[in-house]
Amino acid sequence: MIRFPALAAFVSFLLPSSAGLAAQNEAVTHFTLDNGMEVVVIEDHRSPSVQQMVWYRAGSADEPKGSSGVAHFLEHLLFKATDKMESGEFSATVAKNGGRDNAFTSYDYTAYFQRVAADRLELMMQMESDRMRNIRLTHDDIETERDVIIEERNQRTENSPGALFQEQMSAAQYLNHQYGAPVIGWMHEMQTLDLEDALGFYELYYSPNNAILVVSGDVEPAKVHRLAKQYYGVIPANPDLPERLRTQEPPQTAERRVIFRDSRVAQEYISRSYLAQERDPGNQKTAAALTILAEILGGGTTSYLAEKLQFDTQIATYSSAYYRGQALDDTTFNLVVVPRLDVTLEAAEDAMDAAVSTFLEEGVDPEQLERIKAQLRADQVYSRDSAEKVANRYGSALAIGLSVQDVQDWPDILEAVTAEDIMQAARDVFDCEASVTGWLMREEVTQ
Amino acid sequence: MRLIYAFVVTVLLAVPARAEVNIQEVTSPGGLTAWLVQEPSIPFVALDISFRGGASLEGADKRGAINLMTALLEEGAGSMDSREFARAAEGLATSFRFSVSDDELNVSARFLTENQDASVALLKEALQNPSFNADAIERVRDQVLSNIRSSAKDPGDIARKTMDELLYGDHPYGTSLSGSVETVTALTRDDLVTAHRDVLARDRIFIGAAGDITPQALGLLLDELLGGLPKTGAPMPPVAKLRIPSGITVVDFATPQSVALFAQKGIEQKDDDWFAATVMNQILGGGSFESRMMTEVREKRGLTYGVYSYLVPMELAATYQGSVSSANDRIADAISVIRDEWQKMAENGATVQELEDAKTYITGSYPLRFDGNQQIAGILVGMQMLGLPIDYIATRNDKVDAVTLEDVRRVAGELLDPDGLAFVIVGQPEGLETTAAN
Repeated sequence: MIRFPALAAFVSFLLPSSAGLAAQNEAVTHFTLDNGMEVVVIEDHRSPSVQQMVWYRAGSADEPKGSSGVAHFLEHLLFKATDKMESGEFSATVAKNGGRDNAFTSYDYTAYFQRVAADRLELMMQMESDRMRNIRLTHDDIETERDVIIEERNQRTENSPGALFQEQMSAAQYLNHQYGAPVIGWMHEMQTLDLEDALGFYELYYSPNNAILVVSGDVEPAKVHRLAKQYYGVIPANPDLPERLRTQEPPQTAERRVIFRDSRVAQEYISRSYLAQERDPGNQKTAAALTILAEILGGGTTSYLAEKLQFDTQIATYSSAYYRGQALDDTTFNLVVVPRLDVTLEAAEDAMDAAVSTFLEEGVDPEQLERIKAQLRADQVYSRDSAEKVANRYGSALAIGLSVQDVQDWPDILEAVTAEDIMQAARDVFDCEASVTGWLMREEVTQ
Repeated sequence: MRLIYAFVVTVLLAVPARAEVNIQEVTSPGGLTAWLVQEPSIPFVALDISFRGGASLEGADKRGAINLMTALLEEGAGSMDSREFARAAEGLATSFRFSVSDDELNVSARFLTENQDASVALLKEALQNPSFNADAIERVRDQVLSNIRSSAKDPGDIARKTMDELLYGDHPYGTSLSGSVETVTALTRDDLVTAHRDVLARDRIFIGAAGDITPQALGLLLDELLGGLPKTGAPMPPVAKLRIPSGITVVDFATPQSVALFAQKGIEQKDDDWFAATVMNQILGGGSFESRMMTEVREKRGLTYGVYSYLVPMELAATYQGSVSSANDRIADAISVIRDEWQKMAENGATVQELEDAKTYITGSYPLRFDGNQQIAGILVGMQMLGLPIDYIATRNDKVDAVTLEDVRRVAGELLDPDGLAFVIVGQPEGLETTAAN
């Protein structure tokens, strides 16, 4: 959920089976201010620009029950007035300085960023630190901006049967965890969000000891340290910051099915999700195996599902697998199969399950594994072309509780994954009792 | 309380960062021209190649042939089938992206310095020797047909298709480059071979490169990669005859939020008033929060998540377009506000403050575009296709800064046509019905 779609330079947080990128050769500096705010500096002196990001360890899954969407609503409201700035002045000032700014909210974090000429960094820090504690909201702000987020939901979700279907899939997958509610919120709860909801979330979570500053581009770490102390270091830590404990899923003991029909569906398809382990601090080995498993099964024309469903047989028009390892709590491993026009969803589902079964019998093709690792190694070179991507990688990881060391270890952990690790992870994750199977269907009765 | 911001004044007076991009023109031994930014700090090369004409070089009965041909370039070449080709690329950790638009077919490649020769050999096969095997044709055709059927039920895509038909009629711009279910179903292998020969020719090629490569090495690489392509391709289509059906065209579609596009005639990028129009558009509806339309439609009234206007200077037609989406019971209000803003700008132009703010934004954000080898290689191709001089980057911001308040007022008056605006609305908009004479 980003605040403003035209400036969406941000990489989607649901990257399909995107393999981890490397830390080696990146000029990364990390330190923590006395008030607990973590700071990461990524140097890239090729062009005279800089990006500031502030990540809060608070996302939609941290919302109080009944207030779904408030994390994202607050993100919008942070562009209104503060003690020192008028409503809209933040973005106007960035624009007047030739910069771009935006923000985005996900399940586990909310982040704000500006891209500007390198000599404007101090002004950005001054403004971003101001709105960490000093927003001043009016009832008019609330009414108008609530209409905006409702139109945002209309645009992203209500107008898209695929998005509505995914929302139902997540709700079915998570009985008790708030990953089951959409980041943007359920419509009926969004309509009731008020000033108290927004300020309650703000007071609880927006503080330096719950934030990560990531500065990337044409900057010197010493200067960033000095400015960070000057602007963020003076903000007191919030002693009442709650421990990040969410209601967890009970063991899933029954497979679940979702049938979603909509007259706007042209192409029917199958979506399958399995509960899966996420990347945990100091324990990323299973997540690394699942990351490579997704690539093996669903990474393009050379993948296992493509071979079985698109080449050896003509069952599917498209197939894919993806895994969102970067999550605070239990995540999902997903399969998608879009059947050809003359193939029923039932036949496609059977073929998908048969392919998974034969994969579990046949095991990993060592040549395919070697090609995937060659690409992972090359990513260590390619990723240096974008300081913003490196910044996103660190910010999102630290926001879910991983350490800088975890981020820097990740490429080596991926490199060390063996065929047996992958098969073990596959045997563990493909448990039909811990799955949801969804059919997105046209409204008419299909054969 | 403003004291704390005293230093802001000095910041605002500071000169925005300059993009320091050192471009060399490279001519290969075989006579191909490329622009290069040599950047050896990361051991890879980004290469961007465009063929002018793109999907507009086909007849109406073959609509979709060039799009399908483009999708098949990575689906088997030389002695390799689809998966052998993909495995070779994966093993080299090289990536090729083939895409086509109304005005160009684009190839965007990146490869590690250590794998350069093998990567170029692989890309050469795809460009010069694609197989168009029957199996691959059927598989990719099926994917294209699936996309066409999905587009037919997507409100945004329906709006785009409807507007293009209204604006461009029988011109290639008037239909989707994906083709229709009928035309795509009827395409043969011969059609794809013809499409390939028509588009991938040396007389319409534009090349940009950025990364770890010398001019000499780039020249040799280009001759090896592209030297074997035919010298000439199909003739360019004629300029489009624009038709702007003023008023509203409603396409009934059962969905909660109406999607609206609007259009009028535009301005060409080589026009002397291009920069004045760019600044005017930035103020009216360009991509920032500060635009008048964003302020009035979203910030003050909460009628939408986003409203934008954009100059669309295509090779064969120049239009000025915009978009907005609002719930069916609110879209009429949004459109009314947009019309008012169009009218106000046409009558009164901008204020001094708006002009200065827009100029600082446009000039200041310009260097932010050059933030990686891949972006730079793409920009180099775009500059050459527009016929811009090689030192353009250093002078571009001066052209923006030279725009005066009078320029904006005059261009707004000449360009903007509030009564002539054509709206296409897909949804079930309350209180709106078709008024345009189509």
